[in-house]
Amino acid sequence: MAPPGRARSGAHGEPEGNDVAENGEPVLRLVGVNKSFGPVHVLHDVDFTLRQGEVMALVGDNGAGKSTLIKCIAGIHPIDSGVIEYDGREVKIGGPRDAAELGIEIVYQDLALADNLDIVQNMFLGREQRKGIVLDEDAMEEKARETLARLSVRTVKSVRQQVSSLSGGQRQTVAIAKAALWDSKVVVLDEPTAALGVAQTRQVLDLVRRLADTGHAVVLISHNMNDVFEVSDRITALYLGRVAAEVKRTDVTHGQVVELITAGRSGDLGLAPTSAAETI
Amino acid sequence: MSTDIPRLADADFAADRRQLDVRSAVSDYWARVRAGELGAIPAILALAFLVVLFTGLRPETFLSKGNVANLFTQALPVTILAMGLVFVLLLGEIDLSAGVASGVCGAVMAKLIVDSGQPWYVAVIAAIAVGVVIGTAIGWLVSVIRIPSFVVTLALFLGLQGITLKLIGKGGTVPVRDDVIVALANKNMPIWLGWTLAVVVSLGYAGSQLWRWDRQRRRGLHGKPVQLVAARVLVVAVILLFGTFVLSLDRAPSPLVTLAGIPWGVPLVAVLLIIATFVLDRTAYGRHLYAVGGNAEAARRAGINVTRIRMSVFMIASGLAAVSGIVAASRLNSVATDSGAGNTLLYAVGAAVIGGTSLFGGRGRARDAILGGLVIAIIDNGLGLLGVDAYANFLITGGVLLLAAGIDALSRRRRSATGR
Repeated sequence: MAPPGRARSGAHGEPEGNDVAENGEPVLRLVGVNKSFGPVHVLHDVDFTLRQGEVMALVGDNGAGKSTLIKCIAGIHPIDSGVIEYDGREVKIGGPRDAAELGIEIVYQDLALADNLDIVQNMFLGREQRKGIVLDEDAMEEKARETLARLSVRTVKSVRQQVSSLSGGQRQTVAIAKAALWDSKVVVLDEPTAALGVAQTRQVLDLVRRLADTGHAVVLISHNMNDVFEVSDRITALYLGRVAAEVKRTDVTHGQVVELITAGRSGDLGLAPTSAAETI
Repeated sequence: MSTDIPRLADADFAADRRQLDVRSAVSDYWARVRAGELGAIPAILALAFLVVLFTGLRPETFLSKGNVANLFTQALPVTILAMGLVFVLLLGEIDLSAGVASGVCGAVMAKLIVDSGQPWYVAVIAAIAVGVVIGTAIGWLVSVIRIPSFVVTLALFLGLQGITLKLIGKGGTVPVRDDVIVALANKNMPIWLGWTLAVVVSLGYAGSQLWRWDRQRRRGLHGKPVQLVAARVLVVAVILLFGTFVLSLDRAPSPLVTLAGIPWGVPLVAVLLIIATFVLDRTAYGRHLYAVGGNAEAARRAGINVTRIRMSVFMIASGLAAVSGIVAASRLNSVATDSGAGNTLLYAVGAAVIGGTSLFGGRGRARDAILGGLVIAIIDNGLGLLGVDAYANFLITGGVLLLAAGIDALSRRRRSATGR
């Protein structure tokens, strides 16, 4: 699955010493992206880089622009200015279809699963495999099972279970597995653990980690610092539409990240004081 | 099973990899029923109850050979109409105008045959085309303009009655005497043909079910135990063959003539059932229909054209309503100004819901229309035999529809309570 060229490095848990640029292959790079909704300038010159095999946590307070940034990547909002590079070449993402074709999968907070369909049917929804005009149920079931096995999903007993009978954590698992089913390179997870209990959060975080370890570039949006510090390799903090800082997880503490989120700066990190102040 | 190769997958999906045995399949099924997945159970219980009830009340007439055949032809129009409504109900929408649309299409067909002297096939194609046009209009108003389907079809419920009235003229009826059309509900297949079809369909069903079971077993996919597959095949075959046997008995009231065989409308419904089931269960379109009905937002994000799907179901419903109108015209040998009005639609919605199609969308099958259509026909027929007054007939039928909708709502509540 890894593209030819440089070997993938920077797996989880690798100690310090790696320069930021050396860690993994940049898959998706946003440079100087701006986005306004009418008079409201939501994203200011945002730079955002995702690397293969890494979990990038995207943090920020409500209204910092996390969702807008994600929707720009997903093709739901066109960007006003700036460049999106995918695999080193500039791309235009004009709609959700474009994003999916590039290999960008988004797992939204409200999951987007159909309760009345089973796991296989949900995972292939909208992209069913067929033989002629007939659905190829056998091939889809095999591929779904294979994907779940690859991600070591043990919480789901049968792939022919209806989604309505699953727990919140299992539903999240199915939604994430759905994103990994396609040869996707970028998987964006919008608050995957927000509504989950302790054990289920554990399962989902493990899955997020395995997603990166199987070669995906993962974006994890979360408000929960424990989750962020547990699985992410890097953290991008947004503050009022600007990137306050992009840091390695091992270089910062909980407290620093919280300061970046709430004030846009923390010690040497973050926006210059004037810049942080003027956007308020 | 060897321990080396499929180890990982087997450990992950231990319950899933192997074929279920009968016991666990039955307990799974029972768990689903308790969780509110009632399926065909209410319809089958209702059928059994009604047959016992009316046999008890009218022992000499209800189960007479003539009346049983009559039941089938009586169920034809409502079943076809209900089958179209299943598609609409799957999206959680409603088509209140399907009944009167069938009236308009019946009138178009009758006028073309009687006034313009067109052959039956031209009239039938024209009637179905009118149905599809009506459905397209409804679909456009609902899915593009975004008027609630309830309002659009309520307006058409009135408007289309006006069209029927205009076509036929005040208080009149148009007689339908075309041989082919009349034969649909009034003539029977030759007995040998009935038996041949019954046997072929039984064998075909058995073959497809067993072939599927074998394929799933060989590829290690999720499947039912062979005993249950066989039992299911057996039940379907017995019903088909027994039905053919009953309908092949001479039911003529006088010994001078013979009247026997399966009414021609029955294979028509069978063909529609097979096509509708195939479309819903085996094609991407059918899958998308269920997805839109279950979670329209999920379907939209999955790249499904929700607008087009929503439009298509109204076209299917009105197209099948046209077929239903033709069969109804055949049964009555005429089309009247009030064809398809009155309780036609109520019966059809009732049939779909009694059969197990949910009013909330996302759940339903083509066969629901058959089961529910039979229940409705038995109620209508039985009340007729009892000589129940019109007022009581309305009360009882309305009550049955409410009961079915109540069961639907309660089982839905049960599902959402047990899920998650």
